[in-house]
This record gives sequence, structure tokens and C-alpha cells, in this order.
Amino acid sequence: MHRHVLSVLVENQSGVLSRVSGLFSRRGYNIDSLSVGETEDPKVSRMTIVVRGDDQILEQIKKQLNKLIDVIKIVELDPEQSVFRELALIKVKTDLSTRASVIEIVSIFRANIVDVSNDSLTVEMTGDEQKIEAFINLMNAYGIAEIVRTGLTAIERGNKVLNNTNKDEEV
Amino acid sequence: MNALKAAEAIVRCLLAENVDTVFGYPGSYILSVYEALRVLKLRHVLVRQEQAAAHSASGYARVSGKVGVCIATSGPGATNLITGIATAYMDSIPLVVITGQVNSSLIGRDVFQEVDITGATESFTKHSYLVKDATQLPRIMKEAFHIASTGRPGPVLIDIPGDVQEAEIEFKYPQDVDIRGYKPSIKGHMGQIKRAVKAIEDSRQPILIAGGGVISANAQQELIRFIEKTRIPVVHTLMGKGAVPTENPYNLGMIGTHGFKQANEAMNKADLLIFIGARIADRAWGGVSKKSLDDVKIIHIDIDPAEIGKNLGTHIPLVGDAKLILSEMTQRINDLNIEDWVSEVQELKKSLNESKTKVRKTKAVDPEYTIRLLSQKLNDEAVLVADVGQNQLWAARNFEDRAGRNFLTSGGLGTMGYALPAASGAKFAAPHRQVAAVVGDGGFQMSMYELGTISSNNLGIIILLFNNSRLGMVRELQQRRYGIISNVMLDKNPDFIKLCEAYGIPGIRVSNNSEIEAALDKAIESKGPFLIECKVDSDESTL
Repeated sequence: MHRHVLSVLVENQSGVLSRVSGLFSRRGYNIDSLSVGETEDPKVSRMTIVVRGDDQILEQIKKQLNKLIDVIKIVELDPEQSVFRELALIKVKTDLSTRASVIEIVSIFRANIVDVSNDSLTVEMTGDEQKIEAFINLMNAYGIAEIVRTGLTAIERGNKVLNNTNKDEEV
Repeated sequence: MNALKAAEAIVRCLLAENVDTVFGYPGSYILSVYEALRVLKLRHVLVRQEQAAAHSASGYARVSGKVGVCIATSGPGATNLITGIATAYMDSIPLVVITGQVNSSLIGRDVFQEVDITGATESFTKHSYLVKDATQLPRIMKEAFHIASTGRPGPVLIDIPGDVQEAEIEFKYPQDVDIRGYKPSIKGHMGQIKRAVKAIEDSRQPILIAGGGVISANAQQELIRFIEKTRIPVVHTLMGKGAVPTENPYNLGMIGTHGFKQANEAMNKADLLIFIGARIADRAWGGVSKKSLDDVKIIHIDIDPAEIGKNLGTHIPLVGDAKLILSEMTQRINDLNIEDWVSEVQELKKSLNESKTKVRKTKAVDPEYTIRLLSQKLNDEAVLVADVGQNQLWAARNFEDRAGRNFLTSGGLGTMGYALPAASGAKFAAPHRQVAAVVGDGGFQMSMYELGTISSNNLGIIILLFNNSRLGMVRELQQRRYGIISNVMLDKNPDFIKLCEAYGIPGIRVSNNSEIEAALDKAIESKGPFLIECKVDSDESTL
């Protein structure tokens, strides 16, 4: 079961998200995360979907997504050629004795502290999944009160642009 | 440009799409459209339950080659359509389904007769719209007809709130459609066509498997020409029935769990399988007994890329329209070196023809013999609509396909109660063609409300009812799986002759083979609807 990152351009309309997520659940595809937002063209949204499956399943996922009228284009992103990022907000339990060492780790990870209270620190961090996982692992020792993650979002490196013209012709 | 009510614009769009008949059932939130239908004199067929509107539209579409249109109100009207929409989706039938919706300001409040029909039908519509802005209606209608009828056909649903129907808009029906997310590939990829032709030329025992896609692509002639040039034998799925005439010497008939053993045997022996517009779902593939496909090559031609590789690994995928691809392949292909295979196929064909002359030992009516007789008596343009269950397979195995005939059934979803409403849709599409509906006592009772539509429109449909007082196929499955005598029986069936009489439909009850011919003659002579009830032994088997 390999992990694949799909970038999907869709019409920015109500109902699209439910069509896409419904497709995954009814066909039994495994989905790790899905994030969505508007693009440079306000009529188009871009979804980043992280899926698991062998090549045959991935092929089916792409084809079935392509069948949705609202789906404009699908590209599988090559991890070597792309930037993957995720945002996490992590509320860590702290007291006077642990606060300093948490701040130290936060600065090593180049994360930000966005809120402080007597018993906790809230950390904002961006990075690829491994970086976030690594940070969460370290914070477990202090006690994590809450985690919110956006799911992966991704873009290709270099001059390449995912534009919203016609769908890829399947051969 | 002229300003008019959106409801009227909807009907004007239908007229612009050359729609001459819509099937429907009214209700509060679709009345504006009904008023426009009346004013603009577009023929509306009042069915007796919304599910029938969808099935009738489907029968209409399959016989006319046009998009079928059905209309219902919000809430229960819309939910009653669901089975019909799913049936059409599974069989790739082009429909435009129009539903009323509660007023925009009330959506989401669970008001009277509100239901989220676009959500409910999401997984079995090709596309759907919830119209929020009346000015978008002409574009949406244009897109809906385009999406329903092009590429792989299917149902498209348009849900229109009552206030949107009442809004005033400037009406102009668009000429063109441009949907950036929808550009079906029609022309086959030339490199792939060449590869397919090469693989066929290299094969020694190739076989063609025709699915419903051959019929929806209207590619029957192209397929026959390809067969005649190459002498490759052809088999078909349930949905592919009618793609090639039964008498064609290369046609070995239907494959699958309930197909002919000669057809399945040819599949087993082949070294190259050429699928055309077939999904290769479980029932069709179920007749193939070989475990390994290592020594078999597979070419799959389909307009829907997602069908290729879904159920079966494919060596040469070919996306596009079957009609274009087949004629291209016919032009390119050289003579094949398949003499041994051709003579083997001739033997199979002989044994297939012989198997069709057997008559079952029964004191009651032999349903297969009855279908064969019906098939002989109907003319070359007849439409046969089969319901679901034993009757469906008796019909599929024994109704002779001819170039001008149609065979309709719910192949993918297996929806009982399909035959009567689909037959009436077929009759509306082609009033001068003979239409017969084959149905069991179970399916008949799921759809007998449509006797109302049939009788009030005096539709000349021959209803051939096989009454075994059972759900025959269920009984067989129960016996096979659990070794029990069925606990589900229809022993207390009504008197179907009397029931039809109440609707003004004449009927004859036939209790043995000797009475069938006279009954069929009488039914065919009668210009209006006619019931023939055949008494079938409760233990009669499918095969």
C-alpha cells in the first residue's frame, strides 16, 4: 500500500467536496487526508488528497475522479519534485518547570508559539508530515492536550504549473 | 431576448432539445412546470407512481435513441424516482430527470416534502444540479442534455426550487456547451488501434464480447462488418443482447452464469478476448471456469476509461466510441489465420441451435417454448421488454435478435417491476412497433399500477405473464444455498385476468403448451393492451 499525493483541480461550487469524498467512501478507497482551498482563479478550487493503494487502485481512483464533471484535472505529485506542507496547531501541557524546554524544542523546529497560558503552550508549526510527527513525538513526553492538523497541501517545484484547461486525455 | 417565467423556460428548453414526450407525476413544488407543459402543449404522460416515470423514460430513450425525460415533485416524488434513476445509471441510459424542490429559503429546514435529492442520487447520477439562480437554467438544461447523451450515457438530475421556477428570466437557449471538466474521448487512439489489430492478427482463437455499449454507440452494423471480414466469433452479455442477430453464424449467444454453455465454452478456449462496451461484471464473467488468464490477451474497447482495468486486467486499452473504433479496425485488419477456430465455432453454433429446439417436460406451460413461439410470431421490428428473474433469462435466451428489433431489460441493477413501465415508454417512442413485456407474477405485482397508464392510453402492449406463484429465482437460490423449500411464496396471488379486466384490458389464461399459439395470435391481432397469463409449474427451473 503506497502513499500517493493527488492534486485535483475542481470547480469551486457547492457539492463538489461531497461528490469527491463520497466517491472515496463508496468505492472503498483509503484516504489519509484531504485539504481544499481556492486557487488563483476564484472559480477553481484545488484539492490535495493523500491516498493509499497499489497501482491498480490508484489508476481507478484517478479514472473515477476524472469521471466527475466538476473535476477539471488530476495530477499525481512526485515527492521528489514537489513541496509538501501541513499546518498543525498543538496545545502542549506545560508548567513552570517544563515551559523553557518546550520553547527550546519549538525554536529548534522553527515553529511558532501562538498562545501561552498558565498550564499550556499552543504551537503553530508547518512542515511535511515527518517533521510534524517528529515534533509531536517529542511533545508526548510533556503531554499533549490537543492537536489540529490541516492535512497535506502540496505544489510542484520549478516552473511547472497545474493549469485549469482540459482534462488529461486518457489513452 | 424575451423575459419569461423560468418554468416556461424549462419547457422551452425541452422543446429546443426535440423532446416530444415527458413522463411524470405532479405535486406542489413542480406545478409551475406542469402549467408550462400545458400552455406549451408538450405531451406529458401521467404515470401512476414516479418510479414508473423513470423506467418509462428509460424505455422511451432506448427505443427512440433520444434522451428520456421524467418529472416529479419534491420529497416523496423525488425519492420514488430513485430506483428508476439507479436502474438507468447501471445500464447507461440517457435521462434528464427534473425534480421540484422546496423554495430556496426553506432548503435545509426539513420542511414539508423536502428531501436532499441531489445528495441521495449522487452515486448513481452521471451529474446533478441544484439550481439556485434561475438565470443559469438554460445553460444547465443544455449541459444536462449534453452530459446525459454523450460519452457514456447516463441520467442527469436537475433539482429546481419552487421560487426558482417562478422567477422571471431573459430566455435564450445556448447553442454550444463548453464544460471544461467534461471532454469525453470519442476517437480511438491510433497507436492503440494498431496494437489491437496486431494482437488480433497474431491470435489463433480470438473472441468478441459485445456489451450494452455496442447498442448505445449504435455500432451494430460496424460490429457485424468486422465479424464478417474477420470471421471472429462473437458472444454477448445480457445488456449486449441485440448487438448481433441471433442467426449470424458467428454469434454464439449470451455468456455468463445464465448464458449458453457454448458461449462460455468459447470464452474458456479463446486466447484473445476483445471486450466492446462491456463492464465484465460478476454475472457476465461467471460462466468462465478457467482459473488463470496468463495465456490470454485482453483488448478492452470502452468509451468510459474507468471501466478498463476495473474488473479485469487489460493488455490493450482502447478508449473511444465503438462505432468509430470498429470501422477503423475493419479497414486496417488483414485476413486472419484462424481456420481451426472457425470450424470449432461452427460446431459450437450447431450444438447451440440444437439446444434451442428442446421442449421441457411439464404439464403446465414451458416458458422457453412460449418465448420462442412469441419470437417467431412477432415481426422484425418488435420490442421485447423483459422484467427481472427467471422470466428475464427465459426471454434473453429465447427471444431471437434481429437487426430491427430491441431487447430491453434491467441488466445492471436487476430491478423487478421494470418491464411494464419500460414497455409503455417504448410504445410511446414507437407507437407502430410491436411491443411485448415479459414478466413474472412477482415483478408484475411490483408494477401493476401501470396498468392504469397502459389502459388509459390504450397502449398496444402484449403482457406475457409467467405465473408460477413464486419468486422463481429466489426459490432456486434458497434451494441451492440453504437446501430448503422456499418460505416465500405467492400462493395467494390475485386473479390477474380479472385484475386486468378491471382496467379494461382483455386477457387469456393459458395452462399448457397447446393453448399458447392461439393466445399469442389473439394478442397480436388485438390493437390494444392484452394479457396472456401462462401457468408455469412452481418448481420450473431457470435453465
